[in-house]
Order: sequence, then C-alpha cells, then structure tokens
Amino acid sequence: MNEFLTSMAGVVAAATPVVVAVIGETLTERSGVINLSLNGLIVLTAMVGFACAYLTGSVWLGILAGFVTGVVAGLIISFSSISLRQSQVAVGFILSLMFRDLAYFLGTPFMVIPGPTIGSWSIPYLKDIPIIGQLFFRQNPLVYFSYFLIIGSFYWIFHSRPGLILRGVGEQPTSAYSRGIHVNRQRYLYTALGAGLAGLAGPMYTLNIKAGWNGTMTGLDGIGWIVLSITIFGGWNPLRGAFGAYLFVFLQWLGLALQPHLVNVPSQVLQVAPFPLMILTLLFVNIGDTEWVAKMLAKLPRGLRGAVYRIIRFLRKPPPASLGVPFERE
Amino acid sequence: MIRNHKITNYLFRIAGILTAFFFTAIVLMIARANPLEAFANIFLGAVSTPIKIADSLVAWVPLILTSCGLVITFTAGLWNIGIEGQITLGAIATTWMLRLLQDSGWPSVVILTIGFLAGITGGVIWAMLAGGLKFFGGVSEIFAGLGLNFIATALTIYLIFGPWKRAGVASMSGTKPFEESLWLPTIPGFRLSIWSILLAVVSVLVVFILLKNTIIGLRLKAVGKNPKAAVQMGIPTSRYMLLSFILCGIFAGLTGAMQVIGVYHRLIPSISSGYGFLGLLVAMLVNYQILWAVPVALLFAALNIGGIQLPIMMKLDSTLSGVMQSSLVLFYILLDGVRKIWIKKKEKTSDE
Amino acid sequence: MHIEIKNIHKHFGSVHANNDISLTIERGLILGLLGENGAGKSTLMKILSGLIYMDSGEIMINDQLQVLTNPMDALRLGIGMLHQDPQDFPSMAIKEDLLIWNQKIGHKKSQRDLSELTEIQNELGFKIDLNGMVGELTVGERQQLELIRLLWLGVELLILDEPTTGISASQQETLFGALKKLAQKGKTIIFVSHKLEEVKELCSRVIVLRKGCLIGSRDAPFKENDLVKLMFGRQITRVKKSQARTAKVNLSIDLLSIDDFRISIENANLNLFEGEIIGLAGMEGSGQRQFLQTLAGIKQPTGGTINLDGEPISGKNCIEFQKRGIFYVPSARMEEGLVPGMNLEEHYILSDCGKNFFINSQESRQISEKRIRQFNIKGHPFTNTEELSGGNQQRLLLSLLHDSARILLLENPTRGLDVESANWIWSILKERCLTTTSIIFSSADLDELTYYADRILVFFSGKISQPLASSGLNEEKLGRMIGGKDWPK
Repeated sequence: MNEFLTSMAGVVAAATPVVVAVIGETLTERSGVINLSLNGLIVLTAMVGFACAYLTGSVWLGILAGFVTGVVAGLIISFSSISLRQSQVAVGFILSLMFRDLAYFLGTPFMVIPGPTIGSWSIPYLKDIPIIGQLFFRQNPLVYFSYFLIIGSFYWIFHSRPGLILRGVGEQPTSAYSRGIHVNRQRYLYTALGAGLAGLAGPMYTLNIKAGWNGTMTGLDGIGWIVLSITIFGGWNPLRGAFGAYLFVFLQWLGLALQPHLVNVPSQVLQVAPFPLMILTLLFVNIGDTEWVAKMLAKLPRGLRGAVYRIIRFLRKPPPASLGVPFERE
Repeated sequence: MIRNHKITNYLFRIAGILTAFFFTAIVLMIARANPLEAFANIFLGAVSTPIKIADSLVAWVPLILTSCGLVITFTAGLWNIGIEGQITLGAIATTWMLRLLQDSGWPSVVILTIGFLAGITGGVIWAMLAGGLKFFGGVSEIFAGLGLNFIATALTIYLIFGPWKRAGVASMSGTKPFEESLWLPTIPGFRLSIWSILLAVVSVLVVFILLKNTIIGLRLKAVGKNPKAAVQMGIPTSRYMLLSFILCGIFAGLTGAMQVIGVYHRLIPSISSGYGFLGLLVAMLVNYQILWAVPVALLFAALNIGGIQLPIMMKLDSTLSGVMQSSLVLFYILLDGVRKIWIKKKEKTSDE
Repeated sequence: MHIEIKNIHKHFGSVHANNDISLTIERGLILGLLGENGAGKSTLMKILSGLIYMDSGEIMINDQLQVLTNPMDALRLGIGMLHQDPQDFPSMAIKEDLLIWNQKIGHKKSQRDLSELTEIQNELGFKIDLNGMVGELTVGERQQLELIRLLWLGVELLILDEPTTGISASQQETLFGALKKLAQKGKTIIFVSHKLEEVKELCSRVIVLRKGCLIGSRDAPFKENDLVKLMFGRQITRVKKSQARTAKVNLSIDLLSIDDFRISIENANLNLFEGEIIGLAGMEGSGQRQFLQTLAGIKQPTGGTINLDGEPISGKNCIEFQKRGIFYVPSARMEEGLVPGMNLEEHYILSDCGKNFFINSQESRQISEKRIRQFNIKGHPFTNTEELSGGNQQRLLLSLLHDSARILLLENPTRGLDVESANWIWSILKERCLTTTSIIFSSADLDELTYYADRILVFFSGKISQPLASSGLNEEKLGRMIGGKDWPK
C-alpha cells in the first residue's frame, strides 16, 4: 500500500506541470484566443528554465525565466492575431515548431549536466494525515502552488467580477464591446498570462521531475498537444481540466505499472496509449452536436432520449463562442 | 480603389526573408557561434559535393510530395495537421504489403508498384478518418489530425516492437530491412533514385494542372475562399472538402511509401521524419502556389542536409535548420500583416 | 438629459449615410425616429451610443461638448442603447449577465445591489425571474432585462432600435407602459421604428429621416398620411404598363411556415405564375429574406409545402432546387454571393461548367467576355471580384445566373446601383420573363416595386399580405401597409 501511495504521490508531482499548463491555456481560450504553440513553448521553457537556473544557481530565477518566456510567446501570438490580423492557428503552429528547434539548438551546452533542483518541502501537520498527507503534502513548493492555482483560477473565472468579464469576452465579444469592455485588451492580457503559466510547466520538469536538460530525451515532446486536448476535455473549466491532467498522467503510470502483466504489448505503446484515449474522448464530447446525431436521437423513445441527452450535456461543454475569431469593431 | 502594389509586395517579401536571416543570426550569436560561418557551412553542406547535392534532392522528394497534398487541403480552406499520421500509415501499409510479398517470387517491379499502391491506400484511409471525424463527428480537423498522428505513431511502435520485430532484440532501429531487390534503384554511387525525382515532378505537374486547369480545382478554391457563395454556385462543399482530404492522403501515402522503399528500406519509429509539418511550412510560405513550392522545398531540404554539418564542423545542433525554416515562414506571415496595414494606411491618406 | 446634435455627417465609402443632421432633444421626451431602409436611423443612433464615430459634427450633452469614441464614453455619460439584436450573453446566468460591463465607467454596482433590480422591475411592470439563464428568456424578456440593467446603471438617455420585432403583443404593452413611466420621470427616450401605429401611441414628437437627411419633424397628434409622405416622399414616378401573363402556375406555396430567430412566418400561401414578377415590399428584417431563402431551399420551412409544377420539393437542399431551375441571388454580394480572391472568368467557369473536367480557357474567355459585355460590367475577365464596385458586383451576380433558370429569387437586386444601371438590369430581367421565367424580388424602392412587379406582397413583422395588384397602388397605401396599418385583423 505504501508503495502504491508513493507512486501516486509521484503521479501528482508529475501531473503538476500539465495541470498548470492546462489552466493557463484555459484562461487564454476563455478570452477567445487559441495558443497552438504550447508544444514547442513547453520544451523551450524547459530548456530556458534549466539554463537560467544553472547559470545563476537559483532555481527560482529559472522558474521566472520560464514564465517570462511564456509571456513573450503569448504576446507574439496575440499581437499577430489582434493587431496584424493573421491566423492564430498559423502563427501558433509555426511557433510550436520554432520554439522546439530553438530549445534543442540553444540547449546543447546544457545537455546532460546536473543542475539545481527544487527541493521537496513537507507541510507540517498536514503531512501526517493518513493517505492524503502522503499524497499531497509531501511535495515540492510548486505542487502546492498548483493547488492554489486550481482553486484560485476556478474562483477567478466563475466567481469573480473580472472572471465574469473574461467569460463575456470569450462568449460574445460584440456584446462585451457594447458594454464598454476593451475586448482586445483583455485578450492580450489573458493570452500573455496563460502562456506564462504554460511556460512554468517546462522548468517544473527540468528542475524537478526529470532533472536536467536532456534534449530529445527529456520526454516533453508532445505534451503541449496533450495540454490543448485536455483543455477541451476539461470544458474550459480549471477543475475539470486539472482532473483531466491527473487522469492522463495516472493512465501513463498505469501503462508502465501493468507492463509486467502485459508482456505482449511493448512498453512504448502503453506510454503512448493515453493520447488516443484523449482523442476518442474529444470525439464523444463533440459528437452530440452534429446534425445527424440530433436526428437519430429524436427517434429514440422518450425515456432513453432524456438519459442520453443528459449524458451528452454533461460531457459536452461548448467552447467559448468566439474562440479563434478575431474581434473587429466597425 | 485598389491600386497596383506589386513593388510594395515584393519589398515586404524580401524584408521578411532578411528578417528571418537576421533573427537566425541573432540566435547563432546567442549560441556564441559566428553566423556567417554557420551559414557558409550549411550552404556547403548542401551543395559542395555531388553526393551532397544528391542528398538534398533525396530530402526534397518527400517534402515536395507532402507539399503537393497540403496545397490541395489549404486551397479547400482546411488545416490538415494530420498529415504526419497519413504519411505514417502510408509507410505502414507499404511495409505490410512488402512483407507479404517479399517471398512470393514476383518480379521486384511488380512488388514495388503494389507497395506504392498500398501506401496510397494507407494514406487515403487515414485522411478519410480525419475528414470523417470532422464532418460526422464535429471534431476540428486540427485536433482530429493531432490525435490521429499520435495513434499512428503508437501503431508504428507497436508493430516494430511487436508483430514485426526483428529476430532477437526489438529495437528503435526498426523492422528488419528489406532485401536489396526491394530497394528503389538508385543512381550508382548516390542515394538518389531517378524514380523518386520522376514521381515528384509528375506529382507537381498533376497538382498544378488539377488546381489551375480543372473544374474540380476551381471548385476547391471557391469552397476554401467562401463556402457560402460556393453553395450558391451549386458546389456541395462538404463533399469537396472530403475530396481534398482524400487527394492529400494520396500524396501523403506516396511519401510514406517512398520513405520505406526509397530511403530507409524498413519501418522505423519516426518514419515520417517531420516531413508533414515541414510541408505545412512550405505550403504556407508559398501561399499555396505549388510551382513556387518546388524551389522553396528544395531550399528547405538543402537546409536540412546542410544542417547536418553543424554538429560536425561547429559543435552546434542541426536543429538550426529548423529555426531557419520556421523563422522564414513566421516573418513572412508577420510582415504580410504589416504590409496589409501599410497599404490600408496609404490608401486612406491618398484618398483624402 | 438635454441633447443637442449639430451638423452630423457620416460617410460609408461613397454613401452619405448621415447628411448634416441637427436636432435638439429635451428631457422627458419620447422621440420617434422614422425612416425607411437606409435612411440613416441606425447610423445616427450608433454614433450617439459610441459604436461608430462620426466624420464631422458636434454632440452637446447638457450644454457640454462631448466626444464619443467608443461605447464606454457613451455609457459613462448615461447613454444606453437597446439594440435590435440583444447584446447580451445567452449562455450565462442572468445574474452574471447583469454584472458584465466595464467597471471603469463609474457605476459601482455589485452582487449586493441586485436587489435594486427587483424594485425597478416592479415599477415598470416586468416579471422576469432573475434566477435562470439568459438564453431561456424570450426575446421580449431579454429586452426587458437589458432595459432594467441600463436603468440600474443610471442611464438617462435610452435609445431603442426597433424594439418590438419578435415580441408578443402583451410584452409590447408592458414595454410601452414602462417607457411612458420612464419619460414621466424625466428620462429621455429615442424610439427608432417603422411602425406607424406604435409611433403614434408612444411618441410625443417624431423626426423623419430620408436618404440620410432630416426631412421633417412633427409633434403629436400625428397624421399617418403626413408621416408616410415624409418617410417615402414622392417616389412613384412611372406608370406600369399592364402585362399579359400566362395562367400556368409553376411554383405554389401552401401553408408555409418559417421560423427564424425573431421572425416567424405562418401559413403563407402563394401561386406564382410563369412569366410573372412578384415584388416583396416592407422594411428590412420583416421576413422577406427568410421567405426568399426558404423558397430557394437554403432554409428549411417548419411547416407547409413548396410545389414546383405540382411536385413537392420542400425538404430538399438548395442544390436540388438549383437543378430544378430555382436560383437565389443574395444582397450581401461579397459575403454570400461572390468569392473574394477569384476573378470574373473563374466565376463564369464555375457557374457554367456542366460536366467538364478540364477548363477550356479559350471557351471560358469567350464566355466571360460575352457576359461582361452583355451586362456592361466595368471589369475584365481577370479582375478580382473584390476590386469591382458594388454596382458591378451586382451585375456580375446577375450575369452568373443560368440561362435555364426558371425562377429567380432576388434580394434587393438593384441596391447601390445608379438609375441607369438599374433600368438596364431590369430590361434584361424582363426579357427572361418573356420566356416563362418568373421572378420574386424584394426591394426598398417603392417605384421599382410598383413599376416592375405584377403583384406585390407586403411584409410586416413576419406577416405577409395578400398579393396586391401593383397597378393602382400608390406610395401612401404602400407606406401605410409597410408601417403596419391597414392590415386585416
């Protein structure tokens, strides 16, 4: 049992960067902007964070560097979308490739050398709570930060005034505009902030989970795409998104754990398995919306139809209506 | 009133290229390397010997093939990020077919041809999955494509480490290589095959004619630029979008087949080698004009090949080529945005 | 709030939407703003509410010069606008929707102050349950919600743009009662409408805009014919020559019902004869567009049937309709009818290509040049459509119609064209009618309607009149019907 708890604590720690990135992208997309560069961005901030920490000796400067890099990326995307009116998808995609290559290129001097790591810090009293203590309160400070982030962002988005305005901007920018809100300013802000948070995910890996910069073996390549999928899976809700992140990393761990029992299946497949599962979920989340499904459902008997509708409505959370669409005043 | 802004357009395009070079130079300087030396090394690495030129052409073929397919989907207004998975499935299908027939005793030409056809089928099926998910499942083709890419990679790894693994220890170096009789014949002394060049040239011509000279091509263009008006003109838009997926799948499948038959002679984990995403970059940079893709793809391929010199000559990582490629497209797009604003401002002030 | 508007001008390209408009509005006044389509009412109100910026002119509020560059400026001054389409957040809870606005405007209201809304509601006679989602409310209730929200924020000038579209009769009564109460308390209200009955009931003064200019101002009590004359002017100049038409019906509509966001058309009946031209009159947004789109197969009706030559075709998609010769030409030329980035020749190829695979460039060049000449389009085969002027785009759209088209559904076919072009286009259209083609077209030009149409249907708020013979109609009669008068109960 103890071993299991230790592994689970490890899952919590490993999921934290994903959680933080998902919350960041949730904020960005809530304002109506999509940041497709996440995959390259996280790899880049992983390198930048490590390099900075290595050069300065300070782990926290490394983390700050990751955040700042993220903010810059967010500004590039919002600027090219809002002021230059170019496609968010195009710029985001190009950046995802460029950031990744920049990370590998500029990171060569920092390969496979030991660097500072974030120590763990058990919280007194809380750490001794049976089970929960071992899972959640014997972690490093960044994990504790993620707890605050989950709760804080949830309250911010759904129970605060500025969060209300954020949601308004994402849903109906024209209505928000006629109520005097500076739609584009909000988008700049949240894209930069969201990308900054996603930028924290990189250093969280290289300064803690898998310490050091190992180039292509860092294991981060692909995580950005997963963050984007989990954001959708989470229905643009930080709580659900965090759940998705924990679930994803848990499934990865499960794959490794089950390995000795599934001799015929190569380990790499189990590692990759959560990805297609995510996509299938996306499919089910979206499928309730299409015309032909609606027609089919209309033919079901009443009782069954109600139940199916409820399931679909639970799974399906519509995106912010203005996602990806630039806002232009007349 | 729209005036002729040809000169302004050219100036901005050139500015984009220069900015990209400038940016890459800065990156090099951050890495404490001499930019000019690096550029020279890349250049020489791509063209200094006949073998290197041939290698650049070898890298050019898959890139131009994917560009051919992607230009079609872009014309229809679609973002086919799933191209990587489509290439992979083409490769898997080809490998499967070759494994099936390699001991059959049939002449190599026949086996290879069937192999190519299998590759096309694999690519088309995977593309149709992406299209199906979009039209019947309501999933954006970006996420459907991404997901399918991952599934394709997983499938590859499963095959390499599972049913198709080498005798002894399975490894990341892929399946057992095919016999030389099943290799695409190359020009002696080089890794380049005349057949791949031919395939590339024919593909470019086919796509060019399709988009410029056929009704189908024109309809795809209408669907991409204004689906509402396209419907008004009697064009069934969903059907045409699905068609563009299928056509792209053909080229993706060909690329995958080419990678197996002409380059690696086996299935390896990263069989698509990033040519899909790189093809997206090329297609964006040439504004979906396939003829321009020919030199641009060659440039990108040369950058890849030349970049191999960097670790050897300067202890730099070869990903600098990637930085150059993506910065070319990025600054093209950014400056294009600036150009439009510039033109709007000029027209406003001259109208007053 | 005392408002003075001085010499406002606004251009949209070459269109002079607001031409030297000046007026004064006192507190406690309900001012009616009348005018037909394109008269400039919406433009003026958008300028006043900060949504768009005027080219020149002055706005004085309470004797102070104010500059309104965005909605925030207007809201800060106490100017609030109730738009035609509700500017709210349907996916949110009502209590959330109420709290969304830019806080920097200065009205410090928060969750705690929501109870004030119940008071405001009760005074005005509204009964909205504040505990639901915005999307669950009817259009009328959403309007009421927005109204009390604006009042809660201390708005002094209320602008209502065609507020009674899509609301029930009882909701309208409640709304008017509320507005009268607010005026008594000193609020200023501007009521933009085309409905004569409502304006008569509600307003103490009316100003009429026509073609961008302020034509006249009247105080209550109003004479309807007077207002109609101001709104439409002397428009009908030509006498229609009677035209013989066949008795063969090609398209017939039975009990057709169409449902759209705010317009619902019920139980429409019509028999269209070969060679006939039918005109649809009425203010924009009264249902003509939905009607034409349904007849084209673009929109599906919610009830009833459409029959072509006796065969039911409702339920099929618009490509099937096109195969049977029914074609629709939208008024939003670049957004819905033409493809930007493609040139004229490419459009002709697409509309004309039959079963060809390859493009025959010689043939298509010839066809393009022929059509361009035929329709007098100022452009070349290789000109891109977005480079054409509006009028030429319209000619292009019309020139794309198949020769085999039997029924043409045209939305505002001559909008933006000068008289000569309009006449010329009609001559081509009429030629087609000599050969069994029928036309249904919508228009805001009364002269065009009475001169070219054999019969006219008037649209008002989703209601369709019985077909009126166009000869014998004058602008007074038409104007009254467009304004909602003289409809059978």
